[in-house]
Amino acid sequence: MALRMWASSTANALKLSSSVSKSQLSPAFSISRCFSSVLEGLKYANSHEWVKHEGSVATIGITDHAQDHLGEVVFVELPEENGSVSKEKSFGAVESVKATSEILSPISGEVIEVNKKLSEAPGLINSSPYEDGWMIKVKPSNPSELESLMGSKEYTKFCEEEDAAH
Amino acid sequence: MSVKRVGLPLMNVVKLRGTPILQQLLLEERLLRSSSANWCIVNDGTNLPNIVMGLSGKPCELVELEPVIRDRVPVIKRFTGGGTVVVDENTLFVSLICNRNDVPDVQPYPRSVMAWSGSLYSQVFNGISDFQLRENDYVFGDRKFGGNAQSITRNRWIHHTSFLWDYSESNMAYLKLPSRVPQYRLERDHTDFVCRMKDYIERAGFIEKTIKAVGTQFMLKELSFDEIDDSCREHLETTRLLTLDELKETLAKTTQNESIAQAV
Repeated sequence: MALRMWASSTANALKLSSSVSKSQLSPAFSISRCFSSVLEGLKYANSHEWVKHEGSVATIGITDHAQDHLGEVVFVELPEENGSVSKEKSFGAVESVKATSEILSPISGEVIEVNKKLSEAPGLINSSPYEDGWMIKVKPSNPSELESLMGSKEYTKFCEEEDAAH
Repeated sequence: MSVKRVGLPLMNVVKLRGTPILQQLLLEERLLRSSSANWCIVNDGTNLPNIVMGLSGKPCELVELEPVIRDRVPVIKRFTGGGTVVVDENTLFVSLICNRNDVPDVQPYPRSVMAWSGSLYSQVFNGISDFQLRENDYVFGDRKFGGNAQSITRNRWIHHTSFLWDYSESNMAYLKLPSRVPQYRLERDHTDFVCRMKDYIERAGFIEKTIKAVGTQFMLKELSFDEIDDSCREHLETTRLLTLDELKETLAKTTQNESIAQAV
């Protein structure tokens, strides 16, 4: 409990003093046991992918919580540009620590760009899951799908509960 | 049925012997992606030597291409992660495919699944020569005898292991030393790093004990290969046999690159 109170006051202090990042997002640090970061302004799937919706483009990646639990990412398999993705269906996979783990798309749409840097530097997913480690950019076919995703507070609580259950 | 077994999730057990490794892997991928049951697949040796790489494996980095092409050794890319192995009739395989909800204490992440497997096999090797899960390998002391790999989907995962019952030095020579090695390997070459399982446990006894250990967490139902429902085949299939042309093309490119590097 003492640790949680410390983390809470620290999180509040950080929130108050943090500057807005170049992506116009302000960090809201979770009070999870692992202190994985959860950013405000993004939407989150319960399979641990994030979506940043800006105009007609949605950028998708995996969360800090996910990369932390996966371990060092050594390979990423992504779809082709101009292909399509469907909500809650796999669009690729990451390899880490002897395991391949599928990545699910939080929304449906057309893939308009793929992060080609990840083929040479898959570790960007670990070091920068919300920025340089983005995976695909999608033109959403059904923007209302975003409404069913979690916000930052809800996702933080979801991660805490998931970790606490194990 | 004893009281303690009431409420345990069901696991189908399929015992194979000498099944080709490609066929085994295709079966496993299909069961992972298309089935909703739990499965324990045991293959008591495969029929012929094959090289099996993980999803991201590159033949030029992992395999001695010239002798592999010369000797027509099949090279397979499997759907799980992990490293490269050469398998034959002296490799034993145990694969566990589980619904996430049927193993609720295990998070669907590599380290959690690996820890669970280590605990399971601790029952199998109880009292035998310092068995442990070390980094991601099963070892006796500091010598590896079992390599692991996994694939994790939204609601299911597979953890499969190839056990070195015995091995031939000539088959091992088809493999290059990988760039990524576990820390505990230190600078040891292959013969000092691995050990033969047959020096520690009896073959039939190992399989029996493994199934018994699985039975402490699941209610077991044995099925023959023919009884497996294969009606659902609409799934992503990533396991494949590399063609001879692919291997030759890779060798040609590698040779060309090496020549350019030397010239420079």
